[in-house]
Amino acid sequence: MAEQHRADVIVSCLHGRCPDLIPALQEEIERRGLTTEVEVVESGCRGLCAMGPVILLQPEGIFYTNVQPADVPELVEETLIKGRAVPRLTYKEPLTHKDVCYYEDIPFYNKQMRHVMHKCGMINPESIAEYIALDGYQALAKALTEMSPEEIIAEVKKSGLRGRGGAGFATGRKWESTRQAEGDVRYVVANGDEGDPGAFMNRSLMEGDPHAIIEGMVIGAYAIGAHEGFIYVRDEYPLAVRNLNMAIEQAREYGLLGEDILGTGFDFDIRIVRGAGAFVCGESSALMQSVEGKVGEPRPKHYHATERGLWDKPTALNNVETWANIPLIINNGADWFASVGTERSKGTKTFCLVGQIANTGLIEVPMGITLREIVYDIGGGIPGNGDFKAVQTGGPSGGCIPADQLDLPVDYDSLIEAGSMMGSGGMIVMDNHTCMVDIARYFLDFLKEESCGKCTPCREGIRRMLEILTRITQGEGEMADLDTLEALARTVQNASLCGLGKSAPNPVLSTLHYFRDEYVAHIEEKKCPAGVCKALIEYYIIAENCTGCGLCRRKCPQQAISGEKKEPHVIDLELCIKCGICHDVCKFDAVGVR
Amino acid sequence: MPKLKSVEELRNLRAQVQKDLTARTETTTTITVGMGTCGISAGAREVMQAVLQELNAREIKAHVTTVGCIGMCSKEPLLDIQQGDEPRITYGNVTPKMVPRIIEEHVIHGRVVDDWVVGRIAMGQEE
Ligand SMILES: Cc1cc2nc3c(=O)[nH]c(=O)nc-3n(C[C@H](O)[C@H](O)[C@H](O)COP(=O)(O)O)c2cc1C
Ligand code: SF4
Repeated sequence: MAEQHRADVIVSCLHGRCPDLIPALQEEIERRGLTTEVEVVESGCRGLCAMGPVILLQPEGIFYTNVQPADVPELVEETLIKGRAVPRLTYKEPLTHKDVCYYEDIPFYNKQMRHVMHKCGMINPESIAEYIALDGYQALAKALTEMSPEEIIAEVKKSGLRGRGGAGFATGRKWESTRQAEGDVRYVVANGDEGDPGAFMNRSLMEGDPHAIIEGMVIGAYAIGAHEGFIYVRDEYPLAVRNLNMAIEQAREYGLLGEDILGTGFDFDIRIVRGAGAFVCGESSALMQSVEGKVGEPRPKHYHATERGLWDKPTALNNVETWANIPLIINNGADWFASVGTERSKGTKTFCLVGQIANTGLIEVPMGITLREIVYDIGGGIPGNGDFKAVQTGGPSGGCIPADQLDLPVDYDSLIEAGSMMGSGGMIVMDNHTCMVDIARYFLDFLKEESCGKCTPCREGIRRMLEILTRITQGEGEMADLDTLEALARTVQNASLCGLGKSAPNPVLSTLHYFRDEYVAHIEEKKCPAGVCKALIEYYIIAENCTGCGLCRRKCPQQAISGEKKEPHVIDLELCIKCGICHDVCKFDAVGVR
Repeated sequence: MPKLKSVEELRNLRAQVQKDLTARTETTTTITVGMGTCGISAGAREVMQAVLQELNAREIKAHVTTVGCIGMCSKEPLLDIQQGDEPRITYGNVTPKMVPRIIEEHVIHGRVVDDWVVGRIAMGQEE
């Protein structure tokens, strides 16, 4: 067993960005003769990704952000030898720039509720021993020896757990149908595809706490009567694949996977299947086709997967986060789980908070928290001089929710009502410098590439909507286009086979609903209020701010700017290609956009 | 690692591995060694190592930290022990040889080793 140390240096969120940090720490610790006292531990993501790599020093709880190899000598000298924090490296609250030295005091963390991610960033994911030390696999032991399959299913139903990957289907009910379906062979599958661009909560979980997913799957397999399981992970997640593989091997070695698990006579094993990374492969029927080795295309659901899924056998497919919640429910009980959340959405949910927000990162919050709390308390608000405009939830085919709905509770039903959805947890914050027509265009452009092309409404409908949106952003839209867009959107919604097509119109419909005036401004006034759409804006010099420094004149690639030294300059709109360089380089706020 | 054959074996393993991890989280005993330059030159590092060795050998959960110089340089190495709400006791001129007795009497049995005490801090006031 490992030695006891006086201090642990827990390093997180490397994501390969700073491979030299850990060697640098180890070297310095050795050089200062601290090897027997201090241990360096590599750990999963802690969520404050914009500030990574981050280091947590235990037992003091001192928290450093953005640590570079060059900071190491000072960190070791001051903190490990002299026991003082290095103010330069401690966390600063983004808006107030207040110093926060201790982990527990950071608002980013203290408004959160870390349940499913509680071991991420706390344990070494490569060590099954650490997982076990924090009560890992105790839920499995309880399930296998003290509970019948029916009791487990009843407990999961009672907890109110709903799927964390998509539509929020009740997990207990899904398991019950799978168990009751006819046949001898059944499967469980974990969906770790995570196709939403920019989202990485599932990746962090797979990398940071792989055993939680495995434990959940063994319990689920026992409950529904499966002996084989699959974890589907995209190839772009090599560290997740590596850590999951390592975890599976360790679990086998310890007798927690394979034959006769914990001497109970129950057999179950897991295989990892690597996906090529198409967004549509995250859809359940496409994913199962892909696991079978076929082309990952959705297929018509004459039968539900719980009756005929993988190789036409009853299959329980759940998101990896759904699986990771299972051990918590078994250990702590359904009532504990259901004590968090709202009437119909129980427990916590992880989100990836990105976009125009001070604290980008991975968060876990109780269901029912408001968007305002997420954006302002946890997210630290909008950086720079921007104002909050909208938040997009549910991934590329989710919807945009505007500022006047900031008090909306985040739960499955409220999000649907607001024209968006929970999805697997992407959350993109936009400020007033974001054009909503352009955003809708951006998501449709993504979806156009990802549609498998099987159904005409989805394939052609997305293309047509994209053409119209592109026209509007170029100033060539007509008012009639808005009706066409709506009609197309309804058709695609109703006539597509899978969830991709059914939800693809969401970005268009939600922006049309909440930001119609922005569409109208593009069409009737030929203006982009956010100053984004190149065809509809012009750059101009604000004469009273211009000092005539000449920087923009020199930087303009078109030589479109002229003016005497120390005199206000002018932009020749005939020559201007609207690259915006003058706007970016000006130190005096003298270049405006209109 | 042989396969775990029963829930019992899993629970035993947990107990064993927990020992490693608890040091990383809060425990009620905090042992602090003064490790300013003065402390280190007086032998604080050896004291620290003796403390860790003793804790490992006796499977004691404690929270071991270091602080910089606290101004009593002539009494270095200094070793503080705080248990729960008890006053924080400071031992002075500690040598590695003294460590086992301090751990045995103070940490395990809760009896302060008066002979070696140089200070007590309770509720923020010094004595
Ligand atoms: C286009 C599309 C992409 C999807 N991508 C994912 C994904 O990346 N991860 C995921 O868990 N579910 C994804 N889903 C939802 C799955 O089809 C399925 O509902 C889910 O994995 C079921 O697990 P749950 O009940 O635990 O949420 C996607 C659905 C669609 C239509
Ligand atoms: S809706 Fe789109 S993605 Fe889904 S099956 Fe049809 S064409 Fe393919």
